[in-house]
Amino acid sequence: MISVKGITKLYGDKKVVDDVSLSIAKGKITSLIGPNGAGKSTVLSMITRLLDNDSGDVLLEGENIFTQPNSELAKKISILKQSNHLELKITVRELIAFGRYPYSKGRLTNEDNALIDEAIDYMELGEFEDRFIDELSGGQRQRAYIAMTIAQDTEYIFLDEPLNNLDMKHSVQIMQILRRLVRERNKTIIIVIHDINFASCYSDNIVALKDGEVAISGTKNEVIKKDILEDIYEMEINIECIMGHQICIYFDEHADATVDDFVKEQAQI
Amino acid sequence: MLKDYKNKLLVGLSILALLVTGFYLLYQIDMDIFFYQAPSRIRRVAAIVIVGVAIAVSTVIFQTIVKNRILTPSIMGLDSVYVFIQTTIVFLAGVSSPLLLNSQLNYFLSLILLTLFTLFVFKYLFRLTRNNIFILLLIGIILGTFFGNLSTFMQQLISPDDFLVLQNALFASFNAVNENLMLLTAVILIIMLIIVFMDFHSLDVLALGRDAAINLGVNYDRKVSQLLVIIAILVSVSTALVGPIMFLGLLVVNIAHELFKTYKHAYLLVGTSLISIIALVLGQMIVQFVFQNSVEISVIINLVGGVYFIYLMLRRGRK
Amino acid sequence: MAQKLFRIDILIIILIILSIISMFVGVIPLSINEIFNLSEQQQNILATSRFPRTVSIIIAGASLAVSGLIMQQLTRNKFVSPTTAGTMDWAQLGILIGLVMFPAINLFGRLAFSLVLAIFGTLLFMQIITRIKLKDVIFVPLIGLMLGGVVSSIATFIALRTNSLQVISGWMHGSFSTVISGRYEILYISIPLLIIAVLFANQFTVAGMGEDFSKNLGMNYTRVLYTGLFITAAITALVVVTVGMLPFLGLIIPNIVSMFKGDHLQKTIYSTAVLGAIFVMFCDILGRVLIYPYEISVGLMIAIFGSFIFLWMIYRRVKTNA
Repeated sequence: MISVKGITKLYGDKKVVDDVSLSIAKGKITSLIGPNGAGKSTVLSMITRLLDNDSGDVLLEGENIFTQPNSELAKKISILKQSNHLELKITVRELIAFGRYPYSKGRLTNEDNALIDEAIDYMELGEFEDRFIDELSGGQRQRAYIAMTIAQDTEYIFLDEPLNNLDMKHSVQIMQILRRLVRERNKTIIIVIHDINFASCYSDNIVALKDGEVAISGTKNEVIKKDILEDIYEMEINIECIMGHQICIYFDEHADATVDDFVKEQAQI
Repeated sequence: MLKDYKNKLLVGLSILALLVTGFYLLYQIDMDIFFYQAPSRIRRVAAIVIVGVAIAVSTVIFQTIVKNRILTPSIMGLDSVYVFIQTTIVFLAGVSSPLLLNSQLNYFLSLILLTLFTLFVFKYLFRLTRNNIFILLLIGIILGTFFGNLSTFMQQLISPDDFLVLQNALFASFNAVNENLMLLTAVILIIMLIIVFMDFHSLDVLALGRDAAINLGVNYDRKVSQLLVIIAILVSVSTALVGPIMFLGLLVVNIAHELFKTYKHAYLLVGTSLISIIALVLGQMIVQFVFQNSVEISVIINLVGGVYFIYLMLRRGRK
Repeated sequence: MAQKLFRIDILIIILIILSIISMFVGVIPLSINEIFNLSEQQQNILATSRFPRTVSIIIAGASLAVSGLIMQQLTRNKFVSPTTAGTMDWAQLGILIGLVMFPAINLFGRLAFSLVLAIFGTLLFMQIITRIKLKDVIFVPLIGLMLGGVVSSIATFIALRTNSLQVISGWMHGSFSTVISGRYEILYISIPLLIIAVLFANQFTVAGMGEDFSKNLGMNYTRVLYTGLFITAAITALVVVTVGMLPFLGLIIPNIVSMFKGDHLQKTIYSTAVLGAIFVMFCDILGRVLIYPYEISVGLMIAIFGSFIFLWMIYRRVKTNA
């Protein structure tokens, strides 16, 4: 379990993250949602020590992560940031092998190689193994990076907008993999995500941020509610239950004129 | 298969380096003055190896940190500072000053001031600019322009005879390198190399970028600032030993990337060092045998490196 | 307060006051009280040295500042200028090549060589920056500065081969002390160029938005771009040929003006020109006074003030961007 206690981040005089406290339950997917500029990515970066915080603590199983050696932490938590542009000539397998660095420090053992193979199989990357990263499509590349975190074999996995720039098919694919990781390997996954319906369908818990503060945090059924979301996003949101999922509908009902006409025609008939 | 290719390449480069060096040592050697000529050529080769490796290693590491193939540590105004130091000595103390003529004294003075300047730009400004390496370099270049103009101004005020003496000190040359200093530089270089090679795997990780490196458990900020100190020392010792060679690093690292096509620093560090030695020996041969020492090697290297730089810039976009 | 200080009328008044001071500062004493009963020698000094000097300062300062402004508009990058794009180094190389090929070359010949290389260099720089992927605002001038480094190392090579490094580097070092009547009039060519720049001002801004953007607005992008590049290269060549290198000028003046008056070119172009002249005049007068009766060259004075102002600009940028 990770407990975040009152972390704050200042840019100049501006508090971009203000006294955020939350706890992350083991073996669940927790989504961080909220409007642009709410501080989601900043919170994620602070919890994973990528960014120094100005105050507050992050406890991992009761121990402060800021005082732990970085090399030990890399065996417990992993973080994948959005948009990894790499101009390196590096193959998929070599990238995934980096996941073993916290354990092997670059000298791969047979056991490391076995785990790398397993990660490649798990993400179904076998045919791309020897291709260079910059030759892959967006979805394949994202899978390669996730394979690296699988090879890193940490209990906690943080992902910053893993669906960025992916189409629907690949987005669903990635989310299914994350669910599988939780189910089969009992991982704890924390993601920053923009699409509220992906958050609603695939996560267990949701933390909503607004203006650098926690607006609400709870199970997805506690958070995906009309009045709560309307308050956070400051727009009209309707929630329908479709095939057992709470789906948010946030389009202007007059958006499509042809639908309007269709409704009128129906009414006349 | 790929690994095999890279190893063969390394062997090939080593053989080429040996051939070029051997050719340089034996070309037009005059048996009558053999005992004068041979040691002098060997000395130059030794200086070339030291400087070549120092510049190659520092440039490879620097480019890994800044994640950019075009920038090198020597563009941040270090050559201007070197010129400024030498000019100030002549301007204030005259051409007969031991600070200029005694190569050991000059070496230590230059070394200390250059290292201080580099450390100032790297360490202090690194924090100030919040790790923005581009701004850092820009500040370095601005300071370089500032020192350059001060030097030009002082150079106008000294006599033309004094200027000719000064001019000799301003350009890199392997012709008159002091043996003791060479030994000292070699020792410093070897210590730095040991530190780098003890942990060269972490360089591979750094190449992935800050976030990924931290994720994999590298203490990024500390590692980078340690490497920056090593770079500062390497660049400063080579400049203090022979003078500035601005575009050497750019030239050899990019050739190494073209040849090896890898991110692995084990290959890059060794390969770049070999290419660097080959380039310098070739340059020295041109200076010595073609121009009869009437042109300085740094000018030749800058010319070739500079043209290559423009070629690189124009070619990049086409891909 | 600062806003008011940058009003064009106040700037012009400051420039006039400085110009008058400039006319009366120098080794041979001239007092403003004697203005109506000057000796022949004094009249001579005024006409052949002080007046040309003051005028050339105004023209050089104003036109270089404006050419910096144009380059910044065209590249949409506040750190680009004749110095940071390497244009000055090309102009210098041009003069040197001219001198090596025709040792007795006159001022117009040198200008021609300088102009050709300055234009070539500017075009090369534009080619490079449209091709590089990384359009980082700082990376672009770094490329330009390195390009300038390459060019000046070629110049050094030539100077070394002809054994004239000291003479040439002194010559290129910006200074108005050699400006006397008969040797500076060529600078007047900058004035029509400045007028063209003012007329085209708005179009430069549009061209800076990019080719597609300008075509969408029905503008001949290529023509405007080349006009702008030609003006900047020509101004740079003119200044380098007559007074030598004046570093940073085209970089800092437009930036200072834009800090206080915003980025609308029509509003800022006049202030930029006048402030450029003021800055050079101030540096030149200070250089003449500081170690009187000797002179510190204006190139050095500008480098000193310029680098500190530039560092301060970067510092401000770092602070606000954090």
